[in-house]
Amino acid sequence: MANFVVSGTPHVRSKESIQSIMRDVIIALVPATAAGIYYFGINALILVIAAIASAVAFEAICQKVMKKPVTVSDLSAVVTGLLLAMNLPAAAPIWVAIVGSAFAIIFGKQLFGGLGQNFINPALAGRAFLLASYPTEMTTWSVPNGLEVADAATYATPLAQLKAGYLDANLVDLMLGKCGGTIGETCAIALIIGGVYLLYKHVISWKIPVIYIATVAILFGVIGRHGMRMPLQEIMAGGVMLGGIFMATDYASSPVTPKGQIIFAVGAGVITYLIRTFGGYPEGVSYSILIMNCCVPLIERFTEPTIFGALPKTKEAK
Amino acid sequence: MQTLTFKRGVHPPDGKELAKDQPIKVIMPKEGSELFYPMSQHIGAPCDPLVAVGDHVKVGQKIAESGAFMSSPIFASVSGEVVDIRPMLVPGGAMVKSIVVKNDGKMEEIEGLNEGKDYTTMTNDEILAAIKNAGVVGLGGAGFPTHVKLNPPKDTPIDHILINAAECEPYLTCDYRLMLEEPERIVRGLQIMLKLHPNAKGVIGIEDNKPEAIASMQKACEGIDNITVQPLTTKFPQGSEKHLIYAITKREVKSGALPASAGCIVDNVDTVVAIERAIEKGRPLMRRIVTVSGKGIKNPGNYKIRIGMTLRELVEEIGGFKEDDAPVKLIAGGPMMGPTLYTLDVASVKTTSGLLCFTKDEAYIPEERNCIRCGKCVDHCPMGLMPFMLNAFAIKGDGEGFVKHHGLDCIECGSCSYECPAKRQLAQSIRATKKIEAGKKAAAAAAAAKAKAEAEAKAKAEAENK
Repeated sequence: MANFVVSGTPHVRSKESIQSIMRDVIIALVPATAAGIYYFGINALILVIAAIASAVAFEAICQKVMKKPVTVSDLSAVVTGLLLAMNLPAAAPIWVAIVGSAFAIIFGKQLFGGLGQNFINPALAGRAFLLASYPTEMTTWSVPNGLEVADAATYATPLAQLKAGYLDANLVDLMLGKCGGTIGETCAIALIIGGVYLLYKHVISWKIPVIYIATVAILFGVIGRHGMRMPLQEIMAGGVMLGGIFMATDYASSPVTPKGQIIFAVGAGVITYLIRTFGGYPEGVSYSILIMNCCVPLIERFTEPTIFGALPKTKEAK
Repeated sequence: MQTLTFKRGVHPPDGKELAKDQPIKVIMPKEGSELFYPMSQHIGAPCDPLVAVGDHVKVGQKIAESGAFMSSPIFASVSGEVVDIRPMLVPGGAMVKSIVVKNDGKMEEIEGLNEGKDYTTMTNDEILAAIKNAGVVGLGGAGFPTHVKLNPPKDTPIDHILINAAECEPYLTCDYRLMLEEPERIVRGLQIMLKLHPNAKGVIGIEDNKPEAIASMQKACEGIDNITVQPLTTKFPQGSEKHLIYAITKREVKSGALPASAGCIVDNVDTVVAIERAIEKGRPLMRRIVTVSGKGIKNPGNYKIRIGMTLRELVEEIGGFKEDDAPVKLIAGGPMMGPTLYTLDVASVKTTSGLLCFTKDEAYIPEERNCIRCGKCVDHCPMGLMPFMLNAFAIKGDGEGFVKHHGLDCIECGSCSYECPAKRQLAQSIRATKKIEAGKKAAAAAAAAKAKAEAEAKAKAEAENK
C-alpha cells in the first residue's frame, strides 16, 4: 500500500487567504471608486486603471529581477495601485500615476522584502513622494460634476477653505462627495459602506478606523481651529475617512496588538489635527499615518498582550 | 441556560455529521491476529514487561508495570500466547518496546475479573489503588495517570471536578455517543471521583452543538445535588484543560502549573467510564472507543475496540477504505491536534481517540506565503501569545526570544495555523522550537542539580576529612 502524507497539525485550514482578503478590500473600494469616477469623469477612471496596471507590472518586474516567485495573483499590488489612485487629484496626468505606483511598489514594498515586510504603507509612500516631487500636479483640483462654483480656476477644496478659516461646502455635499479632493477621498458615505463591508468580513477590526476618526473629531470639536469647531465637516472633508478605513488599517504597517492599535489610532488622529491646524499643508492624514507607521515596532514592543495564566510580575534578575 | 466559554479561539467546520449518528459498535480482534502492547501509553515512567515470550496470557492479566508512582500498568485485552517483545510504532510516531500477543480467540479471563465493589464501602486509598491497578489514564489524549491526578498534594484543596465532554476536535464523536448511550455510567464514575473529594462539586461541560448529549446527561444527573451539566459555547479549543477550567470557574491555571493549583481536576468522559468499570465492574482498562471518520473510509462510525489492536485490523474489520476515493492522509485523533500516520501498522493505545482517513481534497496542504501581519493569529490564540512572532523566532533559531515571548506556554492547539490567511505552518514551527527549548531547559536544570549535588558531596567529604 502506498505511503500516506505526513504533515504538521492542524490538518484543517480556514478558507480565507491573502487573495480573498485583498479581493475584499478591492470590493470595499468599489463604491468610493465609482463615486470618484462619477464626480470627476473619465480621467479619474484612466488614472485608476493606469495606477493599478503599473503597480501590478512593477511588482512583477521587481520580483523577476530579484529572482523571487511572482505573486501578483495575491492581488496586493492591485490594492496598492487602487489606493494610490484614490489619493490622486483627478486632473493629474497619467505619468503621475505610473511614477507614483513605481515608487510605491519598488521603494515602499519590494525593497523591504515584499508583502508584509513593508514598514510604511506603500500607497501613502507613493503619495508622499509625488506630493514632494510634483506639488503642482498633485494640488490642481478639478470641480466635481454637479457643483456650481463662480470660478473653476480658483476653486478651493474644503480643506483649503478650512485652512483659510472659512467653509463654503455644506455637510450634505461633503458626505456625498460633491466637493473637491482626490479621486477616492471625497465621498464619505461610499467609504463608510466599504468600511462596514470590511468589518463584516472580519478583514479589519473596528479599533483603528473608529478611534482614529473619533480622535480627529474630538480634537476639532473641542479645540477646533481658527475659532471654528466643525468636527463633522473636518472628518468628512479630505482624507480622514479614506485614511482611517483603508490606509491606517494596512496590516503590515499597523500594530497587531489590540492595545497597540489604540495607541496607533490616537497618535495618528493627534498628528492629523496638528498638521491641519499648525502645518504648512492643508491635509495631514497621509503624513500622520506615515509617522505612526514608523512607530509601530516600538508600540508593539510595549503592548504585547498578557498571556493566559500569566505569572505575577516579578522584577527581572540582573 | 447560559453557555460559558473562554477568550479568543476558532470555529473550524465540525465534520461530526459523518459519524455522530453511528451507535458505538464493538469490534473484537480476530482469532490469530497479533495485538501490540507498548510499554509507554501514558505520561510518566515506562512499564517493564511482567511476561516473557512463550507465556500464555489471559484477558485482564497485568502484563507490564513500573514501580514508579507516575506510571500506569498495562493489561492483556485478549487471551493468547506472548510471541515476541519488540519495538512497535505507536500513533505519536515513536517506536516503543511492545509485548506482542497472538490472540487465541478464546477470550479466557483471569480469575477475579468482574469482581466489582461498592465504592461507598471503600476507603479513599482503596479507591485510588484500584484505579491505579486498573491502568486508568486520561483517555482524552494526554494519558496522564488518573490516580495521580485524583491525588493532588494535600495543600491544594479541590473544589471542582470537571468532566471534559466538550469534544471540541472536529470529526470526533466518541464522547458524544458515550453520553447518549451510557450517561448513567459517566455519572457513577463522577460520583466515585466526588467521594474522593467530598467538598468538590462535579460539573459536566458539554459544547452546545450537542444538545442531545446535554439533555441525556441532564436526565442522568436528575436528583443528584452535587453534579450539574454546564453547556459551553462551541469553540475550539474548548476542551483544552486550562480553557475548560476558565470557562466554568473563571480561574486561570498559572503558566507551568497543573489544574489542581486552580482547585480543579479535569477528566475526559471515557476516562470517567474507565473509573466506573475499574471499581464497579472490577475490569481494568482494556478497551476504548475510537471514532473512525473522514471521507476516505467506507463506514465512518464509533467503535469500541480492544486496546492493542492494530489500526490496520480495525480498518479491515469495519469494511476498509473507499476504493474510488482512497485516503491519502491518516490522522490519529482529531484534525486540529492529531499526528499523522504514514502506515496503518500502528498499535492502538489507551489514548487513541480517533482515526481520520482524509481524501486528497481533505488533505490539501496550501502553499506557505509571506506573513502579512494581519494579526489574526494574535486575535485567536487562546493563550494570548503572538504566534507570528514566535514563528519568526523559530525560523531565525532565536531560542532566547522564543522563550522570552512565552513560546513555551503554547498549547499547540493549532488555532493560529487554522486562521492564518498566508497559510503559514505556525503551530508546527512553534512545536518544533518548543521541543528544542524545553529540552535545553531540562538539560540546564539537570546540570544545575548535578552541580549542586556534586558541590554538596564535596562539602560533605571535606567536612568528614576534617
